[in-house]
Amino acid sequence: MTKRYEKLTAVDNLSLNIEQGEVFGLLGQNGAGKTTVIHMLATLLKPTSGSATVNNFDIQKEPAKVRTSIGIVFQVPSSDDLLTGYENLQIHAMLYGVDPSIREKRIQDAFELVGLTDRKDDQVKKYSGGMRRRLEIARGLIHSPKVLFLDEPTLGLDPSSRETMWKYIQQLVKQEKLTIILTTHYMEEADMLCNRIGIMDKGKIIALDTPTNLKLMLGGDIVKLKLKKHDSDITVLKNLPYVKKIESLDGYVVLGVDDAKKNIPEILKHVEAESVEYSSPTLSDVFLKLTGKNIKEQAEGGFLERYVQYDKN
Amino acid sequence: MTRIRVYSDKIYALWLREVKVFFREKSRLVASTFTPLLWLFVIGSGFSSSTSIAHSIDYQKFIFPGIICMSVVFSAVFFGSYIIWDRKFDFLKSVMVAPVSRSTIFTGKAFGGMTNSLIQVSILLVVGLIIGVQFSPLTLVQTIVIVLLLSFALTSLGLTLGSYMTSLEGFQMIISFVVFPLFFLSGALFPIDKLPQWLSVLTTVDPVTYAVDALRNIILGIGSHPLGLDLLILLLYSCVLGALGTYSFRRMKAV
Repeated sequence: MTKRYEKLTAVDNLSLNIEQGEVFGLLGQNGAGKTTVIHMLATLLKPTSGSATVNNFDIQKEPAKVRTSIGIVFQVPSSDDLLTGYENLQIHAMLYGVDPSIREKRIQDAFELVGLTDRKDDQVKKYSGGMRRRLEIARGLIHSPKVLFLDEPTLGLDPSSRETMWKYIQQLVKQEKLTIILTTHYMEEADMLCNRIGIMDKGKIIALDTPTNLKLMLGGDIVKLKLKKHDSDITVLKNLPYVKKIESLDGYVVLGVDDAKKNIPEILKHVEAESVEYSSPTLSDVFLKLTGKNIKEQAEGGFLERYVQYDKN
Repeated sequence: MTRIRVYSDKIYALWLREVKVFFREKSRLVASTFTPLLWLFVIGSGFSSSTSIAHSIDYQKFIFPGIICMSVVFSAVFFGSYIIWDRKFDFLKSVMVAPVSRSTIFTGKAFGGMTNSLIQVSILLVVGLIIGVQFSPLTLVQTIVIVLLLSFALTSLGLTLGSYMTSLEGFQMIISFVVFPLFFLSGALFPIDKLPQWLSVLTTVDPVTYAVDALRNIILGIGSHPLGLDLLILLLYSCVLGALGTYSFRRMKAV
């Protein structure tokens, strides 16, 4: 799929296969093209070239069937805040043609799932930012979709609301048999929620794997040693099977090691060290390595910032 | 569940949202009811004392049908162009991603606008009774038909304009270049029989003219055109503007 605007190529010849039942994450900076991908898959934008199928329906030829198969949570909450939570769900249930005989039950279940049952009759403007997001998820699930899109589900939420949100998403994965496609620029979020992650940069997917494998790309854990004798022989370390990389840096020896927790004692048998520290690579390290950029963990400007304010209440 | 049931549920859902929002935005409701009253009582009474209109009808009563149309012009065009807000707040996106066709969204919105206008007009009709305008059940039904036709046409116009606008700044343009001309050129405040030619031309193309004239026919028994002609032209405008609105909704970008 490609989406080109006048001068900008938002999504550049992207090819992607998402498995049924997985939680797939699109990770990238603002402007990497994540939301554009989601919008195209949700039939809100037409690709400039190429196409895709969602739940085996072609996004261009059978948009109505695609829409029935998906639920979507937009980056900015889109519920009507003059209406109550219940009314929002009721209206959407009707728009999705949910059978009247099961409508009430569905609405109740959806509220139950996102923990908003006791607030369902409050106007949405009285909800906190986190509650709004949860309501959007409930709304997205009202017609039992096969695929749920979550576009930056925790953008602008404070850390504790974010954790609550993660808890609900994980619960969702357990209870409903859904395929979830989420976009995020929070590394931690992608790491915690996703089975597979596609790292996007400038409209392309530059890496695609499980979070663990992505981190293994960096050559395992990083072990930093300060040796007692500065110029002591380190060639012995090179021959150890679990040592992948070795570098000298500012009087330290830096090693790339598989499973550092287990192997550090082994390493210490071979050299005399004054101090040892080790760290596991994070997705941020992977991202930095792949794109040469640090991901900015910040809200997008403009209209969104107003929503970010909601959570400060 | 039958197809028709699913379809009518979708329209009902869209309509229900509009009506609920209408009643909850109290300030909008109060303000849009207050303005026509101000015209009716201040302009109406003010000119009553010094102007005598043809047919020797009291000026306040003479403009009463015009004020009803005024309230429809304001409420319907504003309602339509409020779609800019729906887009700003992404509510519209959530509707457009649902399996609902654009023409269904348009219809639901138009019904919402017609309901809003009808509620405002009902308040004015009660005021009319107080100032001594007489209604028979037949005039009431006829009035409602005209109001619904006019408000469908103008809500469509508002929705069309709103669907092309991306910023709220365009709103002021709509007030100056659409709402006020539609109202002033309709003959709501003066008889249209003896106007200078340039003005007469403008009055002729204004759809509101025919609603004002029809209501004068119905309520006061005076009019410049036969009621049938007014009705026909209003119907024509409704069809054209409705089609234009549907077309505009189809081509409106979702994001």
